Amino acid sequence: MWHRGKVHEWTSGGFPQVFELIHMPNIIVLVKQVPDTNAKIVVNGDRVDLSSVKMVMSPYDEFAVETALQHRDASGGEVTALTVGGAGAEKILKDAKAIGVDHIVRIDAGGEMDSNALQSILAQAIGDLGGEVVYCGKSAADTGAGSTGPGVAERMGWASVSNIIGAGFDGGLSVTMPSGGGNAKVSVPLPAVVSCDKGGFKVRKPNVKGIMQAKKASVDVRSIEAPAPSVSIVSHSLPPAKPAGKSYEGGASAAEVAKLLRDEANIL
Amino acid sequence: MTQTIVIAEMSNNTVHASTAELVSAAIALGGEPTLVIPCTDATQADGASGMGAASILAAKSSVFSHYDASGWAAALDAVIPQGTIVTGASPQSKDLAARLAARRGVSVVQDAMAIEGGNITSPVYSGKAMQTVSTNGPVVVSVRSNVFAAAQGGASDVAVVDTDGDVATSVQEFMARASERLDVAEANIIISGGRGMGSPDNFSHLEAIADTIGAAVGASRAAVDTWEAIPHSMQVGQTGKTVNPNLYIAVGISGAIQHLAGMRSSKYIVAINKDADAPIFQHADYGIVATWEEALPVLHESLKGMMG
Ligand SMILES: Cc1cc2nc3c(=O)[nH]c(=O)nc-3n(C[C@H](O)[C@H](O)[C@H](O)COP(=O)(O)OP(=O)(O)OC[C@H]3O[C@@H](n4cnc5c(N)ncnc54)[C@H](O)[C@@H]3O)c2cc1C
Ligand SMILES: Nc1ncnc2c1ncn2[C@@H]1O[C@H](COP(=O)(O)O)[C@@H](O)[C@H]1O
Repeated sequence: MWHRGKVHEWTSGGFPQVFELIHMPNIIVLVKQVPDTNAKIVVNGDRVDLSSVKMVMSPYDEFAVETALQHRDASGGEVTALTVGGAGAEKILKDAKAIGVDHIVRIDAGGEMDSNALQSILAQAIGDLGGEVVYCGKSAADTGAGSTGPGVAERMGWASVSNIIGAGFDGGLSVTMPSGGGNAKVSVPLPAVVSCDKGGFKVRKPNVKGIMQAKKASVDVRSIEAPAPSVSIVSHSLPPAKPAGKSYEGGASAAEVAKLLRDEANIL
Repeated sequence: MTQTIVIAEMSNNTVHASTAELVSAAIALGGEPTLVIPCTDATQADGASGMGAASILAAKSSVFSHYDASGWAAALDAVIPQGTIVTGASPQSKDLAARLAARRGVSVVQDAMAIEGGNITSPVYSGKAMQTVSTNGPVVVSVRSNVFAAAQGGASDVAVVDTDGDVATSVQEFMARASERLDVAEANIIISGGRGMGSPDNFSHLEAIADTIGAAVGASRAAVDTWEAIPHSMQVGQTGKTVNPNLYIAVGISGAIQHLAGMRSSKYIVAINKDADAPIFQHADYGIVATWEEALPVLHESLKGMMG
């Protein structure tokens, strides 16, 4: 979206003066609903049973929302929060609205989806919405995958950077990210997809006005057809229980443990 | 027979030893793996022989001098055959796995910890459950280290092919890590401190042990949040790094579920905590109920004796 800058300044003659064009990007942030990370995960039969689990916005997505809002604060434009999920997922869209995103969109989908199906839907939705920069979480708290950001970028033919720990918006986008045993400041050409780690981001809290606006906000619900999955879930199980460990009292026992690390665990 | 392709894990321009584990995983998926080495110079592929691959391909390009997701995916896609692709599960390799999969319009399965009869098992819900999937057609699979045994034998001849891709991002500035010590994400042994360490200065006791046994030093979120001197890059856990070392020593760490999320799959876990009821003890192979002030000097002396 291109807008004229400072159109409200007037010359003495009363004619509007046209200043330089500034780019106000169309920013999209991907948010996903996941079980609260404190929740106990139960497996019933051979599937995880989430029926009695509290659902929240995936923790890294909070940093993605914050970064998207900072981008808008710096450059203007608008932020759209986008989720793919069932009606229950609208709660996290409202949460995003309460802290300041402009638009909330849900692509209606239920059931299991592989990464190819999810990313195809997201890529089409981002295209439909005219997105120019997309923020997402480093990984979702349920899948732990970290596939969506780079995968969507590849489908759009865009650049991507992953696991950023800081972002600056002066003269284009530049991010800080881990790189070869240190951190690198990297400039990122737009359009791009940026996946966010925790880093130094402090997440803003909703205020009363935001909460009221979120209550009234309506969700733009759309549907997009997904390709058939090529990866299907066979079963869920609890992680194998570890055999009970050995327990010792007192600092002197550390000598015994060191020996076991060498002789029993063969580590040292 | 389906093709399987392994992308080598690289570290300092050499093939990392864990690549041989990826070859084992590829064999478990079926097929005779081709090992592909992303390199700027074919001599960087020298270490790839005897890692169990049926053939070795050095993919040579200046693109590989530093990581750029789109450039790497394009350059590799251009030279590797269709088929199932196996990568490591470092953050960079998972990123590449996802881009390669999307480029070929297939799905990606991350963090495989078991492969049996074509089914792939990986942790979900921060390791609180395991998910087993079946696949239909080619996929890209990233594989955790320290899970599969290293493959051996196989090809030693290296075929070289030139390739290229457009680099999208550019590095403006590189900030080296303050310490020379290993990063937790790369280490085979990690010793981590929590709020129970009392002050950031006391982390010097952990560093001393780390230097003796070649370990990285990690921290809990409480330690990172409480003390400015402990950087977020050291944090292990759900909002920190996920690690999978052979040995994880947790000192003054209670073992909150979010900390466990980052380290519970470690092969051996040692816990030192003064509270016998700390949840970390339920996950420890060796638990020491003691203050770190009592236990660490003894541990350090014993380790020094064994290493010396
Ligand atoms: C969304 C979310 C994400 C989170 N992500 C992470 C994460 O990535 N990583 C993480 O670690 N946490 C994370 N947390 C925080 C987590 O819940 C815990 O608060 C945190 O792990 C506690 O750190 P701690 O064990 O060092 O501190 P505490 O819980 O305060 O425990 C200190 C321990 O030290 C012991 N102790 C005290 N003195 C001594 C002594 N002298 N010698 C020996 N032992 C002693 C005590 O008995 C106690 O068990 C997250 C929380 C949330 C809500
Ligand atoms: N169903 C979804 N709807 C919207 N965004 C998603 C969805 N799944 C994943 N994402 C985004 O992609 C990130 C990484 O997810 P994953 O690749 O599953 O680890 C998440 O943190 C979200 O920002």
